[in-house]
Amino acid sequence: MLRETVQRFAQDVVAPKVRDMDENEMMDPEVIKGLFDQGLMGIETSVDFGGSESSFTSAVIAIEELAKVDPSVSVMCDVHNTLVNTVIRKYGTKEQQEKYLPRLAQTTLGSFCLSEPASGSDAFALQTRAKKEGSNWILNGSKMWITNSYEADIFLIFATVDPSKGYKGITCFLATKDMGIQIAKKEQKLGIRASSTCTLNFDDMKIPEENVIGEVGKGYKIAIEILNEGRIGIAAQMLGLAQGAFDKAVPYTYQRTQFGQPVGTFQGMQFQIAQAAIEIETARLLTYNAARRKDEGRDFTKEAAMAKYTASVVAQKVSGAAIEWAGGVGFTRETGIEKFWRDSKIGAIYEGTSNIQLQTIAKLIQKQYS
Amino acid sequence: MRPTPARLLNILVPVKRTIDYAVKIRVNPDQKGVDLNVKHSMNPFDEIAVEEAVRLREKLKDEIKSIKVVTIGPPKSIETLRTALAMGADSAIHVEIPDSAPAPEPLGVAKALRALIEKQKDGVDLVIMGKQAIDDDAGQTGQMLAGLMNWPQATFASKLVVDPATKEANVTQEIDGGLQEVKAKLPLIVTTDLRLNEPRYASLPNIMKAKKKPIEKVSPADLGIDLTPRLETIKVAEPPKRQGGGKVESVDELVAKLKEAGFLSKS
Repeated sequence: MLRETVQRFAQDVVAPKVRDMDENEMMDPEVIKGLFDQGLMGIETSVDFGGSESSFTSAVIAIEELAKVDPSVSVMCDVHNTLVNTVIRKYGTKEQQEKYLPRLAQTTLGSFCLSEPASGSDAFALQTRAKKEGSNWILNGSKMWITNSYEADIFLIFATVDPSKGYKGITCFLATKDMGIQIAKKEQKLGIRASSTCTLNFDDMKIPEENVIGEVGKGYKIAIEILNEGRIGIAAQMLGLAQGAFDKAVPYTYQRTQFGQPVGTFQGMQFQIAQAAIEIETARLLTYNAARRKDEGRDFTKEAAMAKYTASVVAQKVSGAAIEWAGGVGFTRETGIEKFWRDSKIGAIYEGTSNIQLQTIAKLIQKQYS
Repeated sequence: MRPTPARLLNILVPVKRTIDYAVKIRVNPDQKGVDLNVKHSMNPFDEIAVEEAVRLREKLKDEIKSIKVVTIGPPKSIETLRTALAMGADSAIHVEIPDSAPAPEPLGVAKALRALIEKQKDGVDLVIMGKQAIDDDAGQTGQMLAGLMNWPQATFASKLVVDPATKEANVTQEIDGGLQEVKAKLPLIVTTDLRLNEPRYASLPNIMKAKKKPIEKVSPADLGIDLTPRLETIKVAEPPKRQGGGKVESVDELVAKLKEAGFLSKS
């Protein structure tokens, strides 16, 4: 029933706005509000904190269904749920949970700030500095490629309290916009254009000490564990994207006739369509399997990496094919098929590049086999 | 003099699981029915009925004592009940029939609803139901139920205002010539038309809450009714394919063509 509800919401509320949001590179506030109203921004959060108290798999389904209509909206929901909400749910103190989870579930968008101009894959080479002054931490530095940052009000910021300690100095801080977060630049992107991606600057920003999430120096642990989960969310997004592109292009191939028959019935096309369907199903099973393992409390690092990697590859392949299946019409922005292809490119890049995923998988195999 | 306490209202909303409105209907090769192996959802007019009941509660608050939804259908119909519960109904009743049983007909449904209403300890003050189901388009059940219960009926409602204190309702009906407003005493049968409201999406928290709401299972035998069909479907066929039209150059030519096609007398 959750799948159907999200599907309907996506079709009725999001779909009519997709093109304009993409052309204007701006998320419509009504879409954000709609997600909150539907309870989709606190999917795993407990009912006591105003959430929907559902499973991680439910979040995966919601992210997938949203991506079938607009991967930009999907990633906004994904980052908010699987990164921001989960950090506070898992590592927050009771006070922090009581203070922030209801806001995050019902009204306020969150953002996860790890990457910097000089650190992406090498996340723990981050340079944002936090210095203790009395009962406050003073933050200085920059974050780059931060999703949701334009609209968010709650930010999880990773900074180091002691560069000499390497990754063991990294600490997770919770900041609100009014503490002094500056939006330095909003990126103009190839795809997921409606999802805001900004560079943030912190200039002697004061964060009270009670806003440290978890322990000082344990931020790296939080980041690793959370990105592991987030990986499955991105897999779900890419999966929905592939399906959305497929669902848009294939019916058209049964309508468009050339040489006296629908183009989708030529054997060459049939085989391509069938192969795309197989690949989507592959990505789907990998994604659902990783989600299931996580919900069951089992090890899921390798499966999550496999799912994210595969889903991003399939997304690009299928959305690319979808354009070709629709021919000239597929190439125009009007039908919305080409948007899926542009949106798919980020899949191989964010939340762990494809090469990083392969490395993760290889390391686990090496551990197992040697 | 003590004021009479406002009567708390019990609302019953019958719902039907039908083929989803967006599905492309295919007639079976035997020409006795359509392909049912497709997506099903709640009849859209029934969604409007559930929504109206929930809105009445939002407006009248505690004066609406209960919103019960009921369906007469195969095991899968329970999903339709769950959707209604997620929209805001309090409890559900599933009059379950086997998968192999033929689809119930309006008279059978009306009789089942009568039996159910008579079984309700707290009684039923208002029945809100869809004006018709989008599969058979019969548009009869509400009216038949009113006849069986000897209750007033207000069909094709585009506006419903209920006063629990006086136990009266004002209903605006959509009729051929325009709009008609009627006043009726409860208990009352109302059937919903398209413009009555726009149903809400079941939000995720409500879907989760709905899992805990009770669904009572009842069999037609428990209600003492027989759902055997009284109508026999002789043939189901697609409408004839549209032929292309033709263009005419003048009014005279148009008149000549109409006469030729037999639409005008040949005088």
